[in-house]
Amino acid sequence: MKKTVFFDIHKQLGGKLIPFTGYEMPVEFSGVKSEHVGVRNGVGVFDVSHMGEIWVSGSGAEDFIQKITSNDVRKLETGKIQYSCFPNENAGIVDDLLVYKFEQERFLLVVNASNIEKDWNWIVQNNERNVEISNASDEYSQLAVQGPDAIRVLQKLTDTDLSSIAYYSFVVESLAGRKNVIISNTGYTGAGGFEIYMKNEDGPHILTEIMKAGEELNIIPVGLAARDTLRLEMGFCLYGNDINDTTSPLEAGLAWITKLIDGNEFIGKELLLKQKAEGIKRKLVGFVMEERAIPRKDYLITDENGEEIGVVTSGTMSPLTGLGIGMGYVNMQNKNEGTRIFLKIRNKSIPALIVKPPFFKQE
Amino acid sequence: MNVPDNLKYTKEHEWILIEGDIAKVGVTDFAQGELGDVVFVEIETEGETLAFGETFGTIEAVKTVSDLFMPLSGEITEVNSLLEDTPDIVNSDPFGDGWMIKIKISEVGEIDDLLSAEDYKALLS
Repeated sequence: MKKTVFFDIHKQLGGKLIPFTGYEMPVEFSGVKSEHVGVRNGVGVFDVSHMGEIWVSGSGAEDFIQKITSNDVRKLETGKIQYSCFPNENAGIVDDLLVYKFEQERFLLVVNASNIEKDWNWIVQNNERNVEISNASDEYSQLAVQGPDAIRVLQKLTDTDLSSIAYYSFVVESLAGRKNVIISNTGYTGAGGFEIYMKNEDGPHILTEIMKAGEELNIIPVGLAARDTLRLEMGFCLYGNDINDTTSPLEAGLAWITKLIDGNEFIGKELLLKQKAEGIKRKLVGFVMEERAIPRKDYLITDENGEEIGVVTSGTMSPLTGLGIGMGYVNMQNKNEGTRIFLKIRNKSIPALIVKPPFFKQE
Repeated sequence: MNVPDNLKYTKEHEWILIEGDIAKVGVTDFAQGELGDVVFVEIETEGETLAFGETFGTIEAVKTVSDLFMPLSGEITEVNSLLEDTPDIVNSDPFGDGWMIKIKISEVGEIDDLLSAEDYKALLS
């Protein structure tokens, strides 16, 4: 089991550690609810060092990324970030990822922890023109500083004007006296804030300085459990739950990052074009329980007659509203907002309404 | 860890208070801590006679769902009605207001197989 460089700090801060994607990661500190609310209303720090970082650079880098990702990387400007996915040949998804453009032919791909090996193999397998690739996952540590007060905390630690970094943009600057830190206006919470990539050796110092700088704003450490409730409340997909090798980006509501235009030729495009022309058979939707119940992954979804129409892929109780919320695939007849569906929970059928995420809107 | 001496325990982290031929059952302080915020306690077996080890209900926390097992055989004579609207009392008062069922004990001999407070403390350590 691997440890991130923040392991000792997590223990000091009272984190409950569990095995996750090969690492011992904190699942919880003060409690899911207080951490969730703390991020929504203030600021919290997540250790997300388990995420993978892969460099693609040199001649042909852009063309290669265009071939393996669904979004149109030609539209990506230097200093900006693009959400994308690696489609497979069967119109499924190998992984979803962020593409950072450092230079014309130099990109950083940030991928899911659980998929690093699979992604690496996929990239290598498709790298027919021998573009320069390197897996830097073990060299980088990553922190997500999220919440409306995140910018006030981080601004104390750098001279660079953080308010000038637009959403889905990044800079490489000094932070807490350490050079070459990637400061990225991105996140998985919908609460605003930054994701910070640093060399492993700089990690503990930077986290300690962030916690100090955030003290007067009641900064809190946050675990994986609240990371999941925060992302689900926004309706963000989680790989392995809501998307996987067999779900199409069109079914998953990711058509906006799947540019089926002429010139953006990528793996799986033909099949996705066909799927688009013929129409998809199921759609990922959000729903809210109408009675007290917590939806969970793999619960079956039926219509009012008890006919099976789909399956739950993610679910939780919203820590803010106390309502059961979830996502799942349903057939096209039942995908529209306002449709009443039923979840099979143990021996009962509990009604839910299809809604359009996010389940929560930041004031 | 709070483990009252006057109670009996099971490996499934339930506690049992024996009063004559009635056993009052709940989950321990340790159990509620592990579960986290309890959201539902579903017990629909009132009036039924169940054997030792059978499921009498489920407890659902934000994180997970767990079955509740009969620590003794007998008839479920009462279910704590507070649990329906305020399931969080299992977290705040596991040995008191957070009790779950009362059983009319049918197999007195089974009591000897329950854990003492000492045994249970040893299990936790």
